[in-house]
Amino acid sequence: MEARLKIRNTKSLLFKGLIVFLAFLITIPLIVVLLYIIKQGVMQVNWHFLTHVPAPVGEPGGGIANALVGSILMVAVATIIAIPVGILSGIYLSENPSTKLAYYSGLCVDILQGVPSIVIGIVVYLWIVKPAGTFSAISGSVALAIMMLPIVIRSTEQTLRLLPPSLKEAALSLGVPYHRVIIKVIVPCGFSGILSGIMLSVARIIGETAPLLFTALGNSFLSYSMKKPMESLPHLIYTYATSPYDDWHNLAWGASFILLMFVLILNIVTKLITRKWNIQL
Amino acid sequence: MKNKRLDLSYSQMKWETMFRKLLIFMAALLVLVIIGILITLIIESVPSIKALGIKFLWSKTWDPVQNIYGALPFLIGTLLTSFIALILSLPFSYSVSIYLGEYNPKGWLSNLLKNTIELIAAVPSIIYGFWGLFVLVPVIRAIEMKIGVAPYGIGITTASLVLAVMIIPYAASLGITLIRMVPASLKEGAYALGATRFEVIRSVILPYTRTGLFAGVLLSLGRALGETMAVTMLIGNTTSIAGTFKDLLFGPGNTMASVIANEFTEADHTEYLSALVELGLVLFFVTVIINLIGKRIITRFTQH
Repeated sequence: MEARLKIRNTKSLLFKGLIVFLAFLITIPLIVVLLYIIKQGVMQVNWHFLTHVPAPVGEPGGGIANALVGSILMVAVATIIAIPVGILSGIYLSENPSTKLAYYSGLCVDILQGVPSIVIGIVVYLWIVKPAGTFSAISGSVALAIMMLPIVIRSTEQTLRLLPPSLKEAALSLGVPYHRVIIKVIVPCGFSGILSGIMLSVARIIGETAPLLFTALGNSFLSYSMKKPMESLPHLIYTYATSPYDDWHNLAWGASFILLMFVLILNIVTKLITRKWNIQL
Repeated sequence: MKNKRLDLSYSQMKWETMFRKLLIFMAALLVLVIIGILITLIIESVPSIKALGIKFLWSKTWDPVQNIYGALPFLIGTLLTSFIALILSLPFSYSVSIYLGEYNPKGWLSNLLKNTIELIAAVPSIIYGFWGLFVLVPVIRAIEMKIGVAPYGIGITTASLVLAVMIIPYAASLGITLIRMVPASLKEGAYALGATRFEVIRSVILPYTRTGLFAGVLLSLGRALGETMAVTMLIGNTTSIAGTFKDLLFGPGNTMASVIANEFTEADHTEYLSALVELGLVLFFVTVIINLIGKRIITRFTQH
């Protein structure tokens, strides 16, 4: 009896050891990747790197200004497209949870969340690039905006659902019209949750390459025009990482470092916001 | 005076109806986007479906120059990488779920580990691909030399390894939530009967959360099937199927997503483009169905 108990206890302890070991083991690849990118990238980054376009092979110097500008512009336009659609749909879903339209919309959000990014790239190519006859930054923005939508909608919906109904009832009983209740009471109360959803979605799309391959394409010169092809950080990393030149690899390491910093900072700030206001995303 | 007030409230009411309509419009827009995506994919793949029919899915040759398209190499590549990645990731995602859900649900260490796991999903896939290309590929090449297969370095194994790490957070974060939801009374009952912690986990927690954990696995699988960039950079991109099993496993391959990424901008005639869109359509259907099943299981589980 005593021996049997001992075996069972040992088994339990061994199992715990295994679980703890495996759970912490998985952080090692992440740490290795992060450290490697930082080690390779941090030496490349200086003012020259941030303000110049890539140099041709064999010439020293060169930077990623075109990709930096392109990424920021395209993500900004995508955010401008996605925010009204996302927040308003989110409001609809939280206000009318049991209508037929809400059921189908919710289903579509779930579907959209699962659609591979490359498929979105194909579709936006067929929608915008093919009829227009040219690759363009705006088509890249549209693709990114579609990818942002599910996160913005779900975070808006979840945040607003958690607000006490008394808030809305109090405003309505004072005779405030419905749209003013939403805009002046409900949205400000859920603002931090909506904001963190937007930031999370920006963090997600800023590193997306696949939807940009057939839409914004890439451009080795600095371009501000939304109607022309535009470079972006992830796309620059893809083209330069798969090239055979060491100079270009170094450029790509620097770009990876900058991209990683963007993503890390956005994620950490989002975490802090959600922690401070106690939001569940 | 009275009239003015009436006018004001009339105009407010007009705004109100407009606002409600706007909300409905935006919600409907979402449905339209999804229907639009589906219709576009179907219409654009009609030429390919017409020309090749269902045999597109299991013919072996992919030769755009001679206008022959068969998706079998990519189907095999996609399934192989995804399932290898899934099997490799399972022990880890289950361990993370059990550790953070049961052993250590609170406290700074638990938070730190949870945030770190979530960070794995936040790092862009292009960065995993880049890192894999320069760090993992030489390592794999050295291993392949030792065990006596053709030392490509890039290939299905390499892509699966990176993919395995990338998909862990999706199953793990769901698993953590579900394991924390197991009613305390069930666990306490088992403890009161003299069960050890391992026995409680094995015969109470895991059976209780089994379907939910399976849904997490499905979500991970959906991610793996659609993952593009890291795989494209690491898989080697060949359109032929290797003859022997060893070569298939360690040699270069191709997935549906990576062939689209590589060849879409080069597609210079209608059938070629259409065949690639059809691959996209297949990918869309498979990932959407897997995701919806996963989501359905989760909703049912959390409503209990």
